Amino acid sequence: MSTPFPSASAAVAEVPRAVPTPKKAAVRAKPVRQPLLRQPLLSQPRVQRVLYPLLVGLVLIALWQGLVTGLELPPYLVPSPLLMLETLISDWAPLGASLWVTIKITVLAFVAATIAGVLISFLFVQSKGIETALFPYAVLLQVTPIVAVAPLIIIWVKDPTASMVICAALVALFPIISNTTLGLRSIEPDLQSYFQLNRATRLQTLVRLRIPSALPYFFGGLRISSGLALIGAVVAEFVAGTGGSGAGLAYQILQAGFQLNIPRMFAALLLISLTGVGMFVLMAWLSRLALGSWHSSEITP
Amino acid sequence: MNIDASPPSTATPAVEVLSAEKTYPNGTQALLPVDLCIEEGEFVTLLGPSGCGKSTLLKMVAGLLEPTDGRLHLWRKPVAQLDESGKKMAFVFQSPTLMPWASVQTNVRLPLDLAGVARAEADARVSEALVLVGLSKFAKALPRALSGGMQMRVSIARGLVTQPDLLLMDEPFGALDEITRHKLDADLLDLWRKKKLTVIFVTHSIHEAVFLSSRVVMMAARPGRVVEEFHIDAPYPRTADFMVSPEFSRYAKQLQDSLLRASADSTEAFA
Repeated sequence: MSTPFPSASAAVAEVPRAVPTPKKAAVRAKPVRQPLLRQPLLSQPRVQRVLYPLLVGLVLIALWQGLVTGLELPPYLVPSPLLMLETLISDWAPLGASLWVTIKITVLAFVAATIAGVLISFLFVQSKGIETALFPYAVLLQVTPIVAVAPLIIIWVKDPTASMVICAALVALFPIISNTTLGLRSIEPDLQSYFQLNRATRLQTLVRLRIPSALPYFFGGLRISSGLALIGAVVAEFVAGTGGSGAGLAYQILQAGFQLNIPRMFAALLLISLTGVGMFVLMAWLSRLALGSWHSSEITP
Repeated sequence: MNIDASPPSTATPAVEVLSAEKTYPNGTQALLPVDLCIEEGEFVTLLGPSGCGKSTLLKMVAGLLEPTDGRLHLWRKPVAQLDESGKKMAFVFQSPTLMPWASVQTNVRLPLDLAGVARAEADARVSEALVLVGLSKFAKALPRALSGGMQMRVSIARGLVTQPDLLLMDEPFGALDEITRHKLDADLLDLWRKKKLTVIFVTHSIHEAVFLSSRVVMMAARPGRVVEEFHIDAPYPRTADFMVSPEFSRYAKQLQDSLLRASADSTEAFA
């Protein structure tokens, strides 16, 4: 049987852009690790990506330690990095418990904001009318400072954890709404026409076209919101000022401030920063997992 | 308008354009009323400069655009009721319009998935379509791993997988290099003959039009309209030899002159 599009001649006429077999094409998405012998360790981008920031960090910490020791700064003004580390270990019991509380509030708020944000975006793209009617209120939510609203929420909602989760979720909500809505609308027009020509239902278009097209935007929103959820959680904790077993890291900072226990304050700050970095790295990893093979933002050259 | 005086035929009309016209709300006349009858098994090319309304006409045939006035019939039914006649239509866009996140296989299976065809049957038909366009080895690859020409083949496979009776192509090879384009043109002709398709093909290339078509509909711009029709009576199969024959040059010259006349009219109408 003669095929109108013979593959042999096709291979001659058109050289594939990447590699000839699908198996290899899949490998290409995850770049092959350079053999160690061919390149000196320091010139590998992979190593550089970790090493360079690490070096800067080490230099800064050494400088800090040197300055504190050299100028004989008292620990109640600026503790040395070593003292901070010591405090972190010796005070781990209260700090660790607070870290857990803050992480719990941040993650709950982030998950709630993600679910609510995605649902609201789905609502927005159903019709331009709905979006026009409701979008100003999403903006209103975004521009009202959470510190100003938090006391009200804390009065209204009895359970302190729930009230703090609501505050943090409100802060994290907007980027997810706006990014996901933008994403759900960013469909290639011809592809949309194609779906229309094939009489695709609204649900089919949503699942097979809108959602995949929105993923890069959605993950961009997640990265911003993960940081905002943490900020919201810390702000809510400050306003709520909950002590006891429900005390978060913000409460530890407040307390340490009252007691002029600056090393512990620094230790709590360090934990907050690390939590934020952790959230960001997690989101970057998720994004790479979902988009790595096809979206240009995640494809390593 | 120069209506071609071909003898009345007994063949079934696949596409009938009955005084269809398109005017945009701002008053721009994209297309003056067009009358066109395309019979089953014809390969008709809409040829003209940018802005002549050839894509508009094609999209009206597909049902993507509504005519401001007039009607369009497919197999004697309004475009929206094509399903009732048991016929199928496929549309191939200027760009491959593939889903970048989905493999070649999933992309080609899309129309079947949307129509709710069972997975096993759908997969079998996808394999068949991929054999037809010579991309069986690339079923699992993502579109970005393929060249422009190969992506276009995937797009064509996606069009063929529903086993259409009518294939509408909107400058499908316009963005490809000339060598790849010739190759795909030749492959398309084979496919058209083998599958007994009816094809409406939009292009702005005179050579492509002469090589492919059994009939060329010449269009002009400002306002968009049909000016002339030409029958290309050269026998199929057409090979590369046809492209260097005096006959080919004669047809190309005819089209060229017609295009120039049409452009001259446009300038006058515009001035």
